[in-house]
Order: sequence, then structure tokens, then C-alpha cells
Amino acid sequence: MASPTILIPPRHYLNDGYGVASWLLTRDHKRIALLYLAAVTFFFFVGGAFAVLIRLDLATPAGDLVSDETYNKLFTMHGVMMVFFFLIPAIPSVLGNFLVPIMIGAKDLAFPKLNLFSWYIYMVGGLFTLYALVTGGVDTGWTFYAPFSTVSSTTNVIPTALGIFITGFSSILTGLNFIVTIHRMRAPGMTWFRMPLFLWSTYATSLINVLGTPVIAITILLVAAERVFKFGFFNPALGGDPVLFQHLFWFYSHPAVYIMVLPAMGVISELVAAGCRKPVFGYPFVAFASLAIAVLGFLVWGHHMFVAGQSVYAALIFSILSFLVAIPSAVKVFNWTATMYRGAVSWDTPMLYAYGFIGLFTIGGLTGLFLAAVGLDVHVTDTYFIVAHFHYIMVGGTIMGYLGGLHYWWPKMSGRLYNEALAKLSAGIIFIGFNLTFFPQFVVGYLGMPRRYHSYPEEFQVLNVLSSAGASILGVGYLIPMIYLMWSLRYGRLAGSNPWGSVGLEWTTTSPPPTENFTETPIVTWNAYEYNAPVEGHVA
Amino acid sequence: MLPEPAHPHGHGHVHHPALAHHFDNLAQQGEASTLGMWVFLVTEVLFFGGLFLVYLVYRSKYPEAFIAGSHELDVLLGGINTAVLITSSLTMALAVHAAQTGHRRTLMWLLVATMVLGAAFLGIKSVEYYHKFEEHHIPGPGFVFEKEHFANVQLFFSLYFLMTGLHALHMIIGLGIMTWMLVWSWRGIVTAEYYSPIEISGLYWHFVDIVWIFLFPLLYLLGRHG
Repeated sequence: MASPTILIPPRHYLNDGYGVASWLLTRDHKRIALLYLAAVTFFFFVGGAFAVLIRLDLATPAGDLVSDETYNKLFTMHGVMMVFFFLIPAIPSVLGNFLVPIMIGAKDLAFPKLNLFSWYIYMVGGLFTLYALVTGGVDTGWTFYAPFSTVSSTTNVIPTALGIFITGFSSILTGLNFIVTIHRMRAPGMTWFRMPLFLWSTYATSLINVLGTPVIAITILLVAAERVFKFGFFNPALGGDPVLFQHLFWFYSHPAVYIMVLPAMGVISELVAAGCRKPVFGYPFVAFASLAIAVLGFLVWGHHMFVAGQSVYAALIFSILSFLVAIPSAVKVFNWTATMYRGAVSWDTPMLYAYGFIGLFTIGGLTGLFLAAVGLDVHVTDTYFIVAHFHYIMVGGTIMGYLGGLHYWWPKMSGRLYNEALAKLSAGIIFIGFNLTFFPQFVVGYLGMPRRYHSYPEEFQVLNVLSSAGASILGVGYLIPMIYLMWSLRYGRLAGSNPWGSVGLEWTTTSPPPTENFTETPIVTWNAYEYNAPVEGHVA
Repeated sequence: MLPEPAHPHGHGHVHHPALAHHFDNLAQQGEASTLGMWVFLVTEVLFFGGLFLVYLVYRSKYPEAFIAGSHELDVLLGGINTAVLITSSLTMALAVHAAQTGHRRTLMWLLVATMVLGAAFLGIKSVEYYHKFEEHHIPGPGFVFEKEHFANVQLFFSLYFLMTGLHALHMIIGLGIMTWMLVWSWRGIVTAEYYSPIEISGLYWHFVDIVWIFLFPLLYLLGRHG
């Protein structure tokens, strides 16, 4: 696959300046991507540590490990860390930051200083929340439902919420940066419909970031104002309406699910095309499906509130709209499958993650249809069925996409190849561990085990032990890539500019790329994914 | 969001000092920063939009209480402030024009005028806040309101202080940006070729004005004809 004489380029972004300041003050989108990589990995393992404690506690029906108060804090902190500090930023800020300028043939994002500033905002928010969690924690659940969060809870609600508020600006500014970059910085010939599909999904994600995040920001301010100044926005005793909080919260937090999964879908489009050596089937449909998901995602928040006292009419409308989101999602799944049909399907690590994503996302998506149906949703609301469903989307979808993308572009980012055998092994372990962790939760939830309780009837123990066992396998699966990816930085074989034989601008520059990405601004004369018809002048 | 200092290039030709290395020319750079500011203002619309939604929900739920609360606000001071802000938008628009045509002294005077008007707005607003403090209309344990709408009028005043307070915060940030632009104009960084910093600062300033144009009737006027 690789050319016979591979040399590391003499000048690239990793050796363009050494020392702490050259990293902490960098404006290079690729270095900022690596800063994010370190940060999101850290927060992922913090969130994971809380999950370990949760699963240990649930190994016995009595919940012998921690008290019920501690348990409330554990699932809250697991949710807060994973949702706001890992799942939402992971793919856009690591892979997006690294790839958006390179994929369109630009030297950098439109606002490099703002990009660095976004990382600092993210870190301040993250450390702020981490501090709040370490000094007593918070017990409201990641949803901060009022009036418990605004009146009753005596834990660190304000510091945690302010950390999320601060980090929100990092999402907004990163989204803004991507939108402007994709509009204004494309290389000559890089039209919208020649862009890799990862950029379409990043663009759609950025729209949600820019439109949704400010609403959660103002909602958090209202909660903080209510706690500090005793305002009554969500307090029935003062004429406020707690359901209004839920509307405001889910207006952001449902689209936030698409902030997590859309970039992963973009990654999968790239992996499937490269892994099958074929253009993605029905490119425009996949591109517009991203935008359709972004738009429809804003119209379905009410399905979180079927039991919150909505009118039947509102519930009906939200139910229909929620079913509609399945259409663009299914378009993507069918088109990836159609791309594989008669493709030169590979079994390299990135493709293993793509297969994993498609299978797990399909299960997560189909169980989502159960939940869009009002009658069934009422039955399983606040049970482990819900927990299993959203973990299939957020972990089975987002993390599979993230890891697949990280493996696919790792040679580009680092210039080196990781150990393929270990990578395949850990992909397998993750897939098995994931299903063993979360599939039993569908069953136990359907049988009636509620979420957010630290003890449960003995009849549920077998399924919970299976789930805890799966979680330990999953944990091992997540640790192995840490080791061999770090190892590859020093000992991995040199990758060369195009180890997968992929098309796409990022594979035409060296690995690692130079600071300005390309020595000459590329002129694009080909469509994305021209695997079967290489165009003259295109280095495939 | 503002441009990078120019980098030394190896190209052998001289770039405009304000041109960042990753842009081809000043026009592309200017278009990028203008689009960036518009996208930012969209997020601001959604940010204030959340508050307006909360206002509308409670106004339709407790119309009498909101009318009673509205009667406590000082329409004269609010009206003067509206006029002050609209005038500041005029001086800002003229400042952008002066920047485009390269009239540096005029630009600086217009920026100063915009800042003076902005500061006057904040001054009048703090007088209003002080009156509310004297009348014990600050929501919370010390709130005093004789009529039957006691609890729900607190909601009105909570929204009043949060909405006008966030607006005032945006004004203060605006004054900071104007000070920055004044320094840049004084140093000659802003030229007829490179005026986009003034242009996007102007966009921000007009946006903050428009927020007030919505706040004023919602808080001060609607109740009087209700």
C-alpha cells in the first residue's frame, strides 16, 4: 500500500517549535486538536471512573458499595462529565479541528486565535466543574430538573452548572469557526458538493451548536439566578413553572444528542468510502440527511416530556416529529450499506469500528422508535430501557465513530502506524464489552427496573451482574488503545502520506502535515471519493 | 475574532500588515470576520430568545400581575434611554462610514460620541435601578408590593432585572469594544482598506440596541394599554 521509501518530512507541524509555550500559545488548528485530544481523553476517564463505581455498586441488589446520596452524585457526575466534557466536544474539537481546514485545502480555520481561546474556555469550564465535583459533588442528575435543582438540592449545583455554562461558549465559538471556515476558506474548485461528507456533518453539527447552546446557557443562568437571588422562574410556590424548565432544557439537550452523533456519522461516511474503495452511495442524500437531522432535531424535544404533563395534542405532534427523525437517520444507514454492496470491503481497524457503529446505531435508533411512541414510552419512561437506548446512541454511536476516526486519521496526525493486531483486538473487545454492558439493560428496563436507584429487587441481579461484567470488559477495551497509540508515537512504523490509499485532500499532504497544511494551495478538480475513477493530477 | 498580526512570509512580496497568513487577501478576511459576527449575533438572538420566551409564557399566564408591575416602571426615563440608544446607533453607523472613507479624526470623534451615549444610557439605567431598590421592588425576601399580585409581580421584576441586566452587561462589553476600536483608530491600524473591525463592532452595537428596542415596549409599554 505504502510507497517503498517512506521518510518523515523534515518540516511538519509537530517539530515546528518545541516547549510548553509553543503548544499552549499555538494557533495551529492541528496542535489545538491535540490539546483537545489530551483534554477530552482526561475527562473521558474521569467520567469512566464514575461509571466503574456505579456498576460496582449495582453488582449487588442492596447496593453495598456506596450510600444512596453518594450514588445520586455518582450518576450525576458520570452524566455531566461524559455529556458536556466528552461526547459533545470529542469529535468536532479533535477530529474536526484537525481535519476541517485540511479537507477543504485551507491553511487554518478562519479564526485561529478564537480557536485557541475556545480550548481555554473548555479547560476553564472543565476544571471548574471538576472542582465542584471533587468538593462535594452534585446530585440533581445531569438534567438539573427544577425545582429540585433550584430550591431543594444542597449540593454544588451552581459551580457545576457554571462550568457547563462556560464550556458552552467553547461549543458556540468552535461551531462559529467551522461555519465561517467552510463558507469562506474552501480552496479553488472545492465546491459544496465536492466536500467530504464529514464536512457536511460537521457543518450541520455547528449549526446546532450555534443555535442550541445559547438556550442552555440562558437556562443555566435562570437556574443560577433562582438559587442565588430566590427568583421564582421555575418554583411553583412563587408562580413559576417547572415544566418550562424542562422545555428549555430539552430544547438544547435533545439536539445535543445530534451534536454527539452527527459528527460520528460523518466519520463513518469517510471510513466506509475508504474501507470499501467506493464513492458513498447517494452522496447528496447523505449530505442533506445531516442537515435534515439538524433541523428536525430541534422539533422533537417534547418526547422527553410525555409524562411531564404535556397536553395530549402536544404529545401527539412530538411523537410524529420524533418518528420523522428516523428517516434521515435510516437514509444514512441504508446508504452506507449500499456503499458496501460489491465494495472491496476491508477488515482494517477503522472499518471494524464502522461496522460496530452501523450495528449499534441501528439498535439504538430502532429502540428510539419505541420511545417515540407515546404509549410504549409511558411504560418504559425512567427505566433502564432508556439508559440502554441512549448509551447505544451515545457510546455505541459516538464513541465508535470517534475511535474509528481516531484510528483512521492517527497515521496522518502522528505520521506513524499503530499495531494493527492490538487495534483489531481492542475493537473486538469494545464491541463485545459494550453489548454485554448495555443489552441486558434493555431487558431489565423493560421488566421494570427504574434508573437512578442504587438498590433493586433481587430478581434483577443476574442481568445487572452481566452488565457490570460487560463494563469491566469495555473498560479494558478503552485502555488498550491508550497504550498502543502512545507506543506508536515513538516506535510505530512511518506511515507515509497515504497509508490507506485513500482519496481526499488530507491524504495528499505529508504525514504529519506541515504547519500550513499544503506547500501549494490545492486546486480541486475532482469529486469526493473518486475511488473508481482517479482524476489526472490527483495523487491517490 | 480580530485578525492576527501579519506573519513574515517567504513569498518575496509585501502583504498588508493586517492580513493574517491564512487568508488570501483582505477582502476574504473581511468577509470572514463579518460572517463570523453575524453567526455570533444569531447565537445572541437565541440567548435573549430564551428569556423572551420565559417572559411571554409568564405574561400570558399572569397578565394582570405583569400590567401591575409594568406600571411601576418609569416610562419617561425608559423613553429617554430609547432615544439615547437610537442616537448612538446613528453615530455608530456614521463611524463605520468614516472608517470606510478613511476619515480618521471623524471616526474617532464618532466613536467617542457613541461611547458617551452608551455611558449615558447606563447612567440613566442605574438611576432607575436605584429607584426600584428604594421602592423595595428587588425580588427576594425584601420584596414589597401591596396589591394582590404579590408573588407574580416578583416574577415580573425578576425578568425585568435579568433582561435589562443582561442587556446592560452587553452595553458594558460594547463600551469595552469601542475603547479598543478607539485605540486602533488612534494608532492608525484602521484604514480605508482595513475597516472591518469597525464594521463588525458596529454590527454588535446595533444588535444590542435592537434588543433594547424589544425590551422597552415589552417591559414598559405593553401593560399600559392592556
